[in-house]
Amino acid sequence: MKVIKINKKDWADGINKIQDGYRLFGPVRSEKFHDFKELGKGELPDLNFQNTRLSPKSVVYPQTEILFEYSLDEKEANHHVMRDAAKDYSPKAVLGIRPCDAAAFLLVKRNFDAPDYKDPYWLKSYDASTFIGAACNNPCSTCFCTTAGSGPFNEEGLDILLVDATDCYYAKAITQKGENLLKNAGWNAEAEGGDIEKIDALKKEAEAKITSSVASDQLKNKNTNELYEAAFWEDVSFACINCGTCTYLCPTCWCFDIQDENLGCSGVRMRNWDSCMFPLFTIHGTGHNPRGTKLHRVRQRFMHKLKYYVDKYDNGIQCVGCGRCIRSCPVNIDIRRVCDMMNSYDPKACACSEK
Amino acid sequence: MQNPYMPYPVRIDEIITETEDRNLKTFKFVFLNPDDENKFSYRAGQFAELSVTGKGEIPIGIASSPTEKGFVKFTVNKVGLVSSYLHSMKVGDIMGIRGPLGNSYPWNILEGKNIVIIGGGFAFTTLRSSIIFMLDPANRKKFKDINVIYGARTPGMLLYRDELAAWERRDDIKMHITVDATNDPNWKYNIGFVPAVTEQKAPKADADTYAIICGPPVMIKFTQPVLDKLGYDHDHIIMSLENRMKCGIGMCGRCNIGKEFVCKDGPVFTLSQLNATPREY
Repeated sequence: MKVIKINKKDWADGINKIQDGYRLFGPVRSEKFHDFKELGKGELPDLNFQNTRLSPKSVVYPQTEILFEYSLDEKEANHHVMRDAAKDYSPKAVLGIRPCDAAAFLLVKRNFDAPDYKDPYWLKSYDASTFIGAACNNPCSTCFCTTAGSGPFNEEGLDILLVDATDCYYAKAITQKGENLLKNAGWNAEAEGGDIEKIDALKKEAEAKITSSVASDQLKNKNTNELYEAAFWEDVSFACINCGTCTYLCPTCWCFDIQDENLGCSGVRMRNWDSCMFPLFTIHGTGHNPRGTKLHRVRQRFMHKLKYYVDKYDNGIQCVGCGRCIRSCPVNIDIRRVCDMMNSYDPKACACSEK
Repeated sequence: MQNPYMPYPVRIDEIITETEDRNLKTFKFVFLNPDDENKFSYRAGQFAELSVTGKGEIPIGIASSPTEKGFVKFTVNKVGLVSSYLHSMKVGDIMGIRGPLGNSYPWNILEGKNIVIIGGGFAFTTLRSSIIFMLDPANRKKFKDINVIYGARTPGMLLYRDELAAWERRDDIKMHITVDATNDPNWKYNIGFVPAVTEQKAPKADADTYAIICGPPVMIKFTQPVLDKLGYDHDHIIMSLENRMKCGIGMCGRCNIGKEFVCKDGPVFTLSQLNATPREY
């Protein structure tokens, strides 16, 4: 597909035109951090960031989403019967998403787009989205995307890869959706031979800056119950306060709760992000809790991402190496260390094998 | 795209208080849209989300049998927010059911086999569904011997007492009803815990005999060694699990045991399958 060269003086004008046909979401700085939000007309995304504090998963999968509405008033027709809530699946453009976060949607899609059941809310919202990725020229020290199935210039899950070459942007259309968006923006100057080399050089430079890594090649061969029983979980979970920050920030965490909320005689059935870090997530009505200790819950998070997901889909780990959970964990739990412990675990070695 | 979160609207047609502590009620539901009954085509061992509008949903095993037409039945223990509210509802009230969900007992494997059903307390609902299904004139010849060991704390805590009595009178099903204790002088069945009665009454293991166990954890804990002693292979011991659930379709992420979801890959597993997963249930 085509590579377009965008003169930075045409940038704002193109953004404006995109907003004629799409709801536009992009990173915006608020206080110390960047986060994604829907941009008003004339508002520009701020691409001067390393990565957003929260992942942009909420653009496709809102933290709270109304599924149904109902009336509890017995005088009304169809009282107590669920009705579909109004939804807006008009086209969305997500500008400035990092390649790791776009790749994360593909991992999450395996959950919501199963052979036997389809989640209509997630899928329609995802299909309505066009992802314009901002290649990372300057990754964070905690990024390990290159060993987690992604990379600073990774194109999987993107419709357009946008490269900031200081004096101009290059926009590589990856899908038809991406090409359409570039057309709508009025960006149409095709890049020339030398430009492509420039992009390649930037890509090599960025990849070389990522020095942090994980080894995950042996996870598939490990025995689930042996990993589950490993002594190191005590050590890994010791400092955890089950705050749920990791699952909240994570672009590949998708767990949710469903709740009814009433106001007077009407109400809504909604779903909200949930977290395996919370005891309420799994507690039975009887009070019995199959994951009753924080060790259970910490282990569930890592076993899900690094073992159950690997076994279930045979397509790598449920992590794209964005490093958010490492940066924001209040007690410095590091998924890279846990992944390496799991990957190198040998139950036959002495119980204190972890270093 | 079919929306798997949308419940079928139903009307409560009948409510039966099952046990002397009044904590278990059977709800018979009729679909508001007759077509929905065909869409809700199920097998014994599956469950559904009962959707109490304004309160939430609870996953409950289907107690009626696919051979019973015109309604579906669920027996619900009064435990939490939704089940307690459901217990206060009346005949004629409107709510929803979503399903059928889960995998059911493995009927393709069970056909042509001896079946030993072992149940305890109120975990007898999908077992009732299975018994009614197997005893249906069109199905009975597909199964060899059927033994049922079912126990509760007292006679008044047994579910479906009229049906139990009717099955006792038949010669094509061997019933072994038991209670932990009773001072009822007219009690004519067994007295003793389910594991002990299993040891006395269950047939010896062979390649053609499958045990289906549903009950409280303590019953399962003490029955399994008995079945081991009788020689049952772990892939001939079939169990139905419960975990906290929301979606019921393998998406919301809470009911997994290892990589298996109790809601979608279960709730029915063989003991050999369970031996290979973390026991988070």
